[in-house]
Amino acid sequence: MGQCRHGVGMAFLRLLAIRLLTTAITLAGVAVIVFVVIRVVPGNPIAMMLPPGATEADIARLSALYGLDQPLVTQFGIWLGGVMQGDFGTSITSRQPVLDLVLGRLPATLELSIMALVMAVILGGAAALTGTRFRGGRREGAIDVANGMALSVPDFLWGLVLILLFGVLWPVFHISGRVSPALDLPFTTNFYLFESLIRLRFDLWADLVAHMFMPALALAIPLAAIIGQLLKQSLKETMNLDYVTLARTKGYGETRVILREALRNAILPTLTLVGVQFTFLIGGTVIIERLFSYEGLGNMAIDAVINRDLPLIQGIVILFAVIFTAVNLIVDLLYAVLNPRLRHA
Amino acid sequence: MLEANGLDGRSLIRRRAGLRLWLSAGWLGLLAIAALLAPWIAPHDPLAQDLFLGRLPPFWMAGSEPGYWLGTDSLGRDVLSRILHGARIALIVALVAGSITCVVGATLGLLAGFLRGWVDVVISRLIDIWMAFPPILFSILLIAVLGPGLTSIIIAIVVIDWTRFARVVRAEAMAQGAMDYVASARVAGRGRLGTMMREILPNVLPTIVVLLTLEMGIAVIVEAILSFVNLSISTDDPTWGGMISEGRTSIHQAWWVLVFPLVTLFLTVLAFSQLGEGLKDRFDPVLR
Repeated sequence: MGQCRHGVGMAFLRLLAIRLLTTAITLAGVAVIVFVVIRVVPGNPIAMMLPPGATEADIARLSALYGLDQPLVTQFGIWLGGVMQGDFGTSITSRQPVLDLVLGRLPATLELSIMALVMAVILGGAAALTGTRFRGGRREGAIDVANGMALSVPDFLWGLVLILLFGVLWPVFHISGRVSPALDLPFTTNFYLFESLIRLRFDLWADLVAHMFMPALALAIPLAAIIGQLLKQSLKETMNLDYVTLARTKGYGETRVILREALRNAILPTLTLVGVQFTFLIGGTVIIERLFSYEGLGNMAIDAVINRDLPLIQGIVILFAVIFTAVNLIVDLLYAVLNPRLRHA
Repeated sequence: MLEANGLDGRSLIRRRAGLRLWLSAGWLGLLAIAALLAPWIAPHDPLAQDLFLGRLPPFWMAGSEPGYWLGTDSLGRDVLSRILHGARIALIVALVAGSITCVVGATLGLLAGFLRGWVDVVISRLIDIWMAFPPILFSILLIAVLGPGLTSIIIAIVVIDWTRFARVVRAEAMAQGAMDYVASARVAGRGRLGTMMREILPNVLPTIVVLLTLEMGIAVIVEAILSFVNLSISTDDPTWGGMISEGRTSIHQAWWVLVFPLVTLFLTVLAFSQLGEGLKDRFDPVLR
């Protein structure tokens, strides 16, 4: 038994080491590609910073300040050296440290993504459970059609549809921003939604939710469809297994059998898929934040591209890559921990 | 009894898939005709501005002008004519970007999945790196680098989306490569390249066709998103995304500027993906 445990621990550590190594390679690749791509951007960002009439000497001086006059490899070396010490450079447009700017916006995007994920799990889970409960019937057919629609149309279009429905036709939610500008915010962190709950400021919480609801729902709809489809499929497969039949012969009701017996075993394949899909959802925040003028990372990223703010673009893309790889890593490890077959291997 | 039920279920799925296939193909065919004939059937010049005719409502509402069926935008440009001309750009992007992405991605996936070894290692690592990029941000960045224009959009879509094909085709090619018929082909004296092209490719082709249809829908969306952030073609050319972007700013004054291009885009994306799903069911040997 002890031997077995030891072996499992080693296998887990091995998996962790391999995954950490590939993650490092991936991140290095992302850094190199972004670095090269943004440095072939036409238009001198330095010239754009200076007022018209600035001399060549002024431009050269400022370029030297940002290290833009060095060869590409040297620039990468300087940047990488800085990153190792937690210095991601200085934003060209706002002249603040990139790390501060990016970390200041990250909570807004995280809160939006997590809210969307929760919505997707609730909607998709409900669809799967209802579909399984009434399988073979009309209700399952209706759920399948709704799922198909939700899956075919991306978050950007759902966002626009929601704006029309709940912003114009029946205006119940805010269509832009993260919080009403007139409100006085007592927050010390940028996790507004979380902090408003802790401080028991439910008025602020309600305002935040009214802003977040539509962008989060737009992001959630496609993922909810995927969860619904996959979970229903594995639930239906599980429902035919012997142990579920046994539970049924014990006289348990259908709903109870689904919730207590089948769900536990059907959830694993869905979990791995949700991990990958969650990174797609986070990627979707870029355009959804733009659409709803939500002050998160994605919105800042698009502004950074438009303003040719090279250090900022770089910092944001790297941060996104770190988040994506971290989510994938966590899901892989979670799967290894949860899957009994891998656990005993 | 059970078997009969199963057969019934299958034929029901087939019938539904058939309807789906025809509806989506019908809409796309209609759109293609509209795009081809746009210069002749559009009632107005899509670029013609007339400030006296600004924000005219669609034909059934009070205050509409005859001839401007779907109303006009804030600059007095005819919404219907702009949608028709926008269909040209949308379909060009769908066909060209979709096909090039397909060829590039499927080739890389086929090579990685069939040849394995270092080729697979390199391509898989590249896929991993690509998957760590937020795709929309990456495309916006590429357009900023390449400059606006149709060619840039197509390049951006190919650069970003080749992994969609590569991932799936790689997995399929790997699965096919492990089968007996491939080994027999090799024993019968077929070279590696010959086996890949003559044996593996035909078996992976249905999957590739399905992915291609889905990719066309995605390409249309990407173009719309890039136009939406004002990085697509140019601000003058009528694109659906550009119209939506404009409509978004004036939804409270003139909802039709947003709604009509949005509905068109919605139906088109839905049609491409339903076409893909319908084809998938057709190709699926279990359902057939």
